[in-house]
Amino acid sequence: MSSEPPKLLWLLAELTYSCPLQCPYCSNPLDYSQYPAELSTDEWIRVLREARALGATQLGFSGGEPLVRRDLEELVAESRALGYYSNLITSAYGLTKERLKGLKELGLDHVQVSFQASTRTLNDELAAATVFEHKKQVATWIKELGFPMVLCFVLHRRNLHQIADMLQMAVALQADYVELATTQYYGWAFQNRAQLLPSRRQLQQAEAAVTKFREEYSGPMKVYYVVPDYYESRPKACMGGWAKLSLNVTPDGVALPCHAARQLPDLSFPKVTDHSIKEIWNQSEAFNRYRGFDWMQSPCVDCPEREKDFGGCRCQAYLMTGDAQQADPVCEKSPHHEQVLKIIEQTEPMDLQEIPLTFRNSQQSKGFCKESKQSGR
Amino acid sequence: MTQNFNLEQKIALRVGHRIQWEEAQQAHVLLFPEGMIKLNESAAEILKRCDGSKTGAQIIEELSADYPDVDLTQDVLLFLADAQEKSWIDVVRAT
Ligand code: SF4
Ligand code: SF4
Repeated sequence: MSSEPPKLLWLLAELTYSCPLQCPYCSNPLDYSQYPAELSTDEWIRVLREARALGATQLGFSGGEPLVRRDLEELVAESRALGYYSNLITSAYGLTKERLKGLKELGLDHVQVSFQASTRTLNDELAAATVFEHKKQVATWIKELGFPMVLCFVLHRRNLHQIADMLQMAVALQADYVELATTQYYGWAFQNRAQLLPSRRQLQQAEAAVTKFREEYSGPMKVYYVVPDYYESRPKACMGGWAKLSLNVTPDGVALPCHAARQLPDLSFPKVTDHSIKEIWNQSEAFNRYRGFDWMQSPCVDCPEREKDFGGCRCQAYLMTGDAQQADPVCEKSPHHEQVLKIIEQTEPMDLQEIPLTFRNSQQSKGFCKESKQSGR
Repeated sequence: MTQNFNLEQKIALRVGHRIQWEEAQQAHVLLFPEGMIKLNESAAEILKRCDGSKTGAQIIEELSADYPDVDLTQDVLLFLADAQEKSWIDVVRAT
């Protein structure tokens, strides 16, 4: 590892695991109900201050649903005073115009609203809640109040055919940015992968729709679209490198280099209640573990591309090979790449609609807590 | 493409964009939703002046007064066209 720690730029504050929606692709841990404790307002403020002092400029309030925290206002005010650019990442559930206006006045910079689909029926089915019309209403308030707005659609097998409509909907709602965010297969999404991973043909159609939109549309909205990494021959440079730019704090105060890392075994992630952010970022064993290249084994260790993708995602390597030090199996050079090809193959013939999705809720989560205890994790 | 940039219109940073000095980086940065660009000194000097009250021509005039020894016109024009292309700045519409 290089001796100089990298510069922290991003702080993601997961304020709570509580959420009124039940998205089956949620990135929260399966056993989230095992961690009901939440940091206090004062503890969060200390985290904000310490991360800012280390140089973090971008701040995301997420969760769960961050609006559930009644002290969100206080945290927004503090983050403006500290000079953060603050992003509220929300499902918009229960958000009123008054609350939004208040947040604007306190200095919130930007709001990202997630949609599950471009039609009410599918959206509300996937969220397992009646939310679609309200989300649209909130989107108009966001623009009225002068926020920049990102609309985020999480894409998968069940909604990918709506991609052209999603883009039209984003134009109609005057989004400044639209993120067509491919589901990342961790947490609940990994659990539901067979039902969520799109087929190659679906992806080709989706890509064609995005290309067509780009050719025809000439307005100011920006479109971000990335294809699922399972269909690539090289992995993504996950998080821009392990503990290189960004730090995540979970509702109960665990510091992570990315939101999926909590599931990695053999790593004990430090708690912000026991250590300063500076200690955690610069010195902790967990944050240093996969920095640089010393931890790598074949084929990454002497691969000329390692500076580009850092060997891909540690969590994906662990989930698919049982060993977090492997190359991300998405890489063609990985000895485990076969597995990815097999998973892709299975997306073609099956009528996957018939397998039920596992929705993200506390009852399901408690089931996973039991399982993980039994398996000794 | 620089020919397309209209110097007679008032310009402002695009909605949701903010410029600030970052001690940790010893530089100005442009902040926007989920992103950030580190600015060099001249970019910062130009963007700071995009506050909605001035036209491109007025910005060039101001900068030329501050740096009388160099002809900045072409550079500023190029930069503004590029900044518009990247959606950092917007033309202010008369209300
Ligand atoms: S992905 Fe869905 S269920 Fe998970 S936190 Fe976000 S809105 Fe809630
Ligand atoms: S072998 Fe490792 S470093 Fe090389 S491209 Fe594949 S994942 Fe990246």
